[in-house]
Amino acid sequence: MNVAYAALRVLAGLGLMLANGVVLIYMLRKVLGHLHVRLGPMEVGPKGIVQTTADVLKLLTKEDPTPAAVDKVIYFIAPAVVFVPSLMAYAALPFSAKWHITDLNLGLLYTFSILSLIPLGILMAGWASSNKWSLFGGMRAVAQQIACEVPLLLAALPVVLLAGSLNMNDIVKAQAGYWLGFIPAWFWIPMFPALILYLISALIETNQTPFDMSEAESELVAGFATEYASMKFGLLFLSEFSNLFVQSALIVTLFFGGWLIPFVPLELQQKIGISAPVVFMLKTYLVIFVMMWIRGTLPRVRIDHMMSLGWKILLPVSVSWAMITAFVVKLAEVGR
Amino acid sequence: MPNTVDGIAFAILAISMVGGALGMVSSRNIVHAALWLLEVSVAAAGLYYLLDADFIALVQLLVYAGAVVVLTVFTVMITLRRREDAVRPVDFSWPALLLALALGGILLAAAANFPKKTISMPDAMPSIVRFGELLFTARGYALAFEIASVLLTVALLAAVWWSREVED
Repeated sequence: MNVAYAALRVLAGLGLMLANGVVLIYMLRKVLGHLHVRLGPMEVGPKGIVQTTADVLKLLTKEDPTPAAVDKVIYFIAPAVVFVPSLMAYAALPFSAKWHITDLNLGLLYTFSILSLIPLGILMAGWASSNKWSLFGGMRAVAQQIACEVPLLLAALPVVLLAGSLNMNDIVKAQAGYWLGFIPAWFWIPMFPALILYLISALIETNQTPFDMSEAESELVAGFATEYASMKFGLLFLSEFSNLFVQSALIVTLFFGGWLIPFVPLELQQKIGISAPVVFMLKTYLVIFVMMWIRGTLPRVRIDHMMSLGWKILLPVSVSWAMITAFVVKLAEVGR
Repeated sequence: MPNTVDGIAFAILAISMVGGALGMVSSRNIVHAALWLLEVSVAAAGLYYLLDADFIALVQLLVYAGAVVVLTVFTVMITLRRREDAVRPVDFSWPALLLALALGGILLAAAANFPKKTISMPDAMPSIVRFGELLFTARGYALAFEIASVLLTVALLAAVWWSREVED
């Protein structure tokens, strides 16, 4: 019985990931379109709403050629190595106090560990393609990831110190109170520098546009995904959008009170069980919108500029902010 | 029932770990060898998880699979001049074989003579808070931890000094 439930939960996660992919691609096209003062997809369905469904069908029915020079085994398993961790990253996300695939005590650490495996898959894809643009794309993705994973973790650390837990539901619950009686005690207010650091690192980790040097259409064709076609390309692409969702969900959980609704008593929120997941999804999509807004506004950064940003600015700033927070938290503990 | 499940999981992990290690040493392609190493470290994380050591398992995944192997593959790729250089022929030498056999013999003898000790496992793994207290307080392993971090800093400095630009 338990096994059946577990399997259903994993399936639910997979369903959410696939649905997210379809919705996010449509959203990206529309948001970018309107930011560029054009309409985006308009032909298929009202306002082009089934455009991505048509695209998915196209991807599924496309021919899937394997280039002659590729390193066959690695070429075939690379999309799986990218896709599986992206799916596993959904496991610990707290959609509400009850809605989650599993409730892990080390949920945050789990999500970060799983996400850290994705660049390896990208590097495998880039190397196996035996194409210099693919290899460049893969190498850039990994260089980026190494440079920004530490700032990402260190930007999440102050929040963990404030909440005193790595369980994501506990982190959400720690934000339930109010400051001065009316400001929702969400962590983005005291942790504003951490939020900015986290947002920049998350953009780099998810290869979003100001930092999308690993794909860089105008210089690298499609980066690590150049030699892939059909659903193998689809998996690489889907994992990218899914990572965007997971990072945004993490930002919501860490800084914007997760599934909490301000000014509504906690008991009432828990009684109307469905409100929390809906609020969580709305907040997450709002963060995704901000990321797409950045994507539509800023030009691509040069790779060496990004590397020096990661190592020379993000890293020292995040270390100092984590130390300041630790000091203040300890002082408050001693003072009490 | 749980024992059988654990047994099956252990068998899968153990076989993939040993298989990965064999694949790594027998692979002629250095990039493939590095990727076999990835399999070994992921399987090791699985074994830790099977022992209920969640924290160690996750850190193994984050540090070894996510960082050490990534760096290894990255370094291998950056130092390869051409793609074909990744495949190396077998470079056989007698002294190397003797050295390997000697090391294997010593390890085997050490394992065979290892004092047998039964340790009772705690019912529940101590929480991360307890873990932190043990690792970072003077009563626990703070000194060892600090020594390890000094060692790493020295290694880092050495790496920076070594890779500096040499002026002619």
